[in-house]
Amino acid sequence: MSGLWNGWGLAFRFLVFPGFLFSVVVGLVLTWVDRFVSARVQWRKGPPFYQPFADLAKLLLKQTIVPKGAAASVFLLAPLLGFAAMCITSVLLFYVNFHLQGSFVGDLIVLVYLFALPPLGLILGASASRNPLAAVGASREMTLYFGYELPFLLALVVPIVKSGGAIRLGDIIAAQQVSGPFLYSVSGVIAGLIVLVTIQAKLGNVPFDMAEAEQEIMSGVYCEYSGAALAIFRLTRAMMFFLLPLFLVTVLWGGLADWWAIPKALAIVVLLILMRNTNPRLRVDQALRFFWFFLGSFGIIAVILAFLRL
Amino acid sequence: MSKLGLWGLKKSPWVYHVAAASCNNCDIEILELLTPRYDVERFGIVLVGSPRHADALLVTGVLNRKSLPRVMEVYEQAAKPCLVIGIGTCTCNNHIFMHSYNAMGPYDKYLPMHAYIPGCPPKPEAMILGVVKALSKL
Ligand code: SF4
Repeated sequence: MSGLWNGWGLAFRFLVFPGFLFSVVVGLVLTWVDRFVSARVQWRKGPPFYQPFADLAKLLLKQTIVPKGAAASVFLLAPLLGFAAMCITSVLLFYVNFHLQGSFVGDLIVLVYLFALPPLGLILGASASRNPLAAVGASREMTLYFGYELPFLLALVVPIVKSGGAIRLGDIIAAQQVSGPFLYSVSGVIAGLIVLVTIQAKLGNVPFDMAEAEQEIMSGVYCEYSGAALAIFRLTRAMMFFLLPLFLVTVLWGGLADWWAIPKALAIVVLLILMRNTNPRLRVDQALRFFWFFLGSFGIIAVILAFLRL
Repeated sequence: MSKLGLWGLKKSPWVYHVAAASCNNCDIEILELLTPRYDVERFGIVLVGSPRHADALLVTGVLNRKSLPRVMEVYEQAAKPCLVIGIGTCTCNNHIFMHSYNAMGPYDKYLPMHAYIPGCPPKPEAMILGVVKALSKL
């Protein structure tokens, strides 16, 4: 790509602006928004804005325990897997949105795989921790992953079809700039709703939080994590909370290169929070059935409608 | 611990609730603290599901021969630094179980206690005050 991508420019991009620091800070502020709106829904005051930062400072400086008999290297490296993936995702997403010609063929598929790495890290870490409750959480996370990936991919076929078979995000955004955002059509609305629900599942938020059910399996996949490793998991989650709505805006709602992208992403975040606060937790088999048979059939309908140019 | 970590610890003490043979009244009062009426999430206090995440263990009830090894094990599993706060008169001096054959208390014979909050059960306001005092001594 261009000359900006070498040396200090590259380091700056990965570590400061679209990458690590920026997405972590915005993600943590969004987790505060999450807790604040939840508090208001439940008629209470809610934590102060620096709460996620205080949590993080405390966790980073606490003791990190590796349980006896655990596979220590996998246990400690697993959090970094999803974290690294989210850093790359943030750089890629911003670069593609602001340099439409700079994207490469298939970056949509790369992003789909990068978003699959955080649950993979969770499953690996939980399985390495030698805790039966974490193993239950890992198996639930795995089932959930296979559940939501099918409707997610079906929904992503819609922007591909509508932009005439492009799998470059640059081309998808350019097609939306010509014809208006894909969301403003029947198939686009269906695909948008499907992506919204799968984002909720990817974040492990409440209707789909059976993998880290605090009340029944003691935080499940996070059960054995403490200190800095837990902090990295929380950071990854905060970054996903920021990047997944941006991804939805990019593929279906006209891209990020205009000021309207900020209220759009915030609207998606608020929808996610309200969904979290008005639903009870599902069982994992109910979630699987919901994703495959209900959302999956809607995904197929959306793809057919997209082929019919609706 | 550094200054930053101490600030973080004071602003977000995550609590884990250890019910060591309590009569269940203290536990109900603890749960009342987390309801919207008292809303201790204002102070960053969250109830966590695993002792590995805990910054403070809230122990309730009289310590007896059965529960002592369990409480010790939970304390060893918690990531340090970790406060231990006894809720209720039972934790202070065995209370109505004083002459019972299997009461082992008080807790500070076995654990580094940071605060006792007396009362049967203590008022939620008293618990908030006790936790604040324990934190300000750090
Ligand atoms: S202090 Fe009173 S309320 Fe609390 S566990 Fe003991 S007997 Fe029950």
